[in-house]
Amino acid sequence: MTTSTSPAAAAVDPEAYLQVRDLKVQFPTEDGLVRAVDGVTFSVRRGQTLGIVGESGSGKSVTSMSILGLHNPARTKITGEISIGGKNIVGMKEQQLQRLRGKDVAMIFQDPLSALHPYYKVGAQIAEAYKVHHPSASKKEATTRAVDMLDRVGIPQPQRRANQYPHEFSGGMRQRAMIAMALVNDPALVIADEPTTALDVTVQAQILELLEDLQREFQSAIIMITHDLGVVSQVADDVLVMYAGRPVETGSVEQIMKRPQHPYTWGLLASVPSLHGDATVDLVPIKGNPPSLINLPTGCSFNPRCRYAGQNGNRSFSEVPELRPAGEPGHNVACHMSFETRQRLYAEDIAHAGVAQ
Amino acid sequence: MTDLAGTAAGTATTTTPAREPLLKVEGLTKHFPVRSGLWGKGSVVRAVENVNFEVHPGETLGLVGESGCGKTTTGRMLVRLLEPTAGKITFDGEDITHTKGARLRKLRQDIQIIFQDPYASLNPRHTVGRIVAMPLQVNGITPPGGVKRRVQELLETVGLNPEHYNRYPHEFSGGQRQRIGIARALALKPKLIVADEPVSALDVSIQAQVVNLLRQLQRDLGLSFVFIAHDLAVVRHFCERIAVMYLGRMVEVGTRQQIYENPAHPYTRALLSAVPDVTKLGGHGRIKLEGDVPSPIDPPSGCVFHTRCWKAQEKCSAEAPVLLPNPNGSISACHFPETGEVV
Repeated sequence: MTTSTSPAAAAVDPEAYLQVRDLKVQFPTEDGLVRAVDGVTFSVRRGQTLGIVGESGSGKSVTSMSILGLHNPARTKITGEISIGGKNIVGMKEQQLQRLRGKDVAMIFQDPLSALHPYYKVGAQIAEAYKVHHPSASKKEATTRAVDMLDRVGIPQPQRRANQYPHEFSGGMRQRAMIAMALVNDPALVIADEPTTALDVTVQAQILELLEDLQREFQSAIIMITHDLGVVSQVADDVLVMYAGRPVETGSVEQIMKRPQHPYTWGLLASVPSLHGDATVDLVPIKGNPPSLINLPTGCSFNPRCRYAGQNGNRSFSEVPELRPAGEPGHNVACHMSFETRQRLYAEDIAHAGVAQ
Repeated sequence: MTDLAGTAAGTATTTTPAREPLLKVEGLTKHFPVRSGLWGKGSVVRAVENVNFEVHPGETLGLVGESGCGKTTTGRMLVRLLEPTAGKITFDGEDITHTKGARLRKLRQDIQIIFQDPYASLNPRHTVGRIVAMPLQVNGITPPGGVKRRVQELLETVGLNPEHYNRYPHEFSGGQRQRIGIARALALKPKLIVADEPVSALDVSIQAQVVNLLRQLQRDLGLSFVFIAHDLAVVRHFCERIAVMYLGRMVEVGTRQQIYENPAHPYTRALLSAVPDVTKLGGHGRIKLEGDVPSPIDPPSGCVFHTRCWKAQEKCSAEAPVLLPNPNGSISACHFPETGEVV
């Protein structure tokens, strides 16, 4: 298999807080080697939001966990570079990682009920997260800080709420408490892994707005991992679309949503029902299912599901496409088709279906 | 009040041709008794409160609302998995509210349900063939050509390979499992299918496949659907008529066009504006609802939505609004309905 460190994607952004270069995460299993992430390069600046989009099994969560150094080194092979504030964390010792976790990088998980400890009061859990990185702080200081944070994320009566258990919180409140815990040490980078998937739309709108407010206040870099293109279009500055462990398209949110170039991105956009346009038109789904990461299709791993595979002779089936510039600066796409062909196909087949309308 | 709401629900269907509704629901109510603590005072969760609607043959009705609004409870009462506390369900001219025994089994041939979680709703120890044949077997039906042939036909109808007959559910992906659930629901040639969040557990690219399949089945077989979902965009795509629920009550009922272009109830408007819209980058102009849905144990006085409504006035907390027709043809329960289009 060819590796993809294309010049365009590997460009170094000196201002970036997080820089991931050619990251590969592999899990050896009895059935074979799982290539969960296979050559991902991206960077995020402070105050910016990167949306990582993909289906289950596309490697988006594995990527985020490796940024926190959460993979067991005995069972995982990680290569490439993850530089956080100038420090490369690939191969870093657990002790050093612990100093980084929570302080420089924090994570907001999808399911706050399983991420919060059911036996401890919410305030105590947030205070603990603070004390880990502020050993000299007294218990009282930590508690005050926890109550402040609960107040900051919009929980009414924070003093009383801090003394309650997670089960006494509603879903939206729990997610707010999770955010308070993630932000208690003013991390420069926040990774939000499907933070609103378990929530209702009205609560989702509240949480997304809260994240935006907090980002403006703390100038943190945010990585928003989601399968919901709607959420990405609301909060992201840049977007990375992943498929089967590889990046297939990167660019600004405007480029990806308005002028997408990869057939997989087209598929995602044309298959999502919209609130506008003709409701009686059938959606255009992506045929088939995502591939197994143990036994990826040869060539472009999207080729069995791509309507346009085989346009350039055999290349789709034999050669892994690399991320290459796609016309505008900052917009890269991994597809064998020429720019002109893609432009034509998008206008003909895609632009009228689903949310692509 | 019941009467008024009833007549209002009646007028809402004037847009569809005047024919006998397949399903008619009047004053449907479900209360769950709960007890706080071992010797605590007993109280009542008012999950569904006086709900009225009709479904005509070949029509798809969408039930939307946030979690805890009673849409799933309503769906389960329709297939008689839950016993209603009060109200009346009429199916095909027959009162089925308290049907029991053999008659209920017969009735369930006509009303089938598709469940949300395709991982929990299929028996992992049964083959696909056995799962899909089960409704036939339970009802002692031998279709012409044999059970196996009918099952393979059904598998083909839902886009699965008939050769998968002897496989087990774990060998299938989420989308394929949901297709198995749909095949099982179709086995008895039902007239009405209650689909409870059939696509919300699936990946985006798979959702579209299943939505298209349901639309095609609806067209080909002339089925009626009660489609329960929280995703307003999916509902818009599948349903001709939509009922919006909040805290166990119906707050607005209307056609697709009425609900999505001229919603009259502030809650419908807020729900629509909260849906992240890919066509609008940055997400500005959202109507932000404060706080959470109140507890159905102790619902607010008057209009249950007044605690979160930006238009709430004194009247709203004192007097419960009833479903009344709006100028645009939909019916809504609001003292101060909205006019004008959604931006």
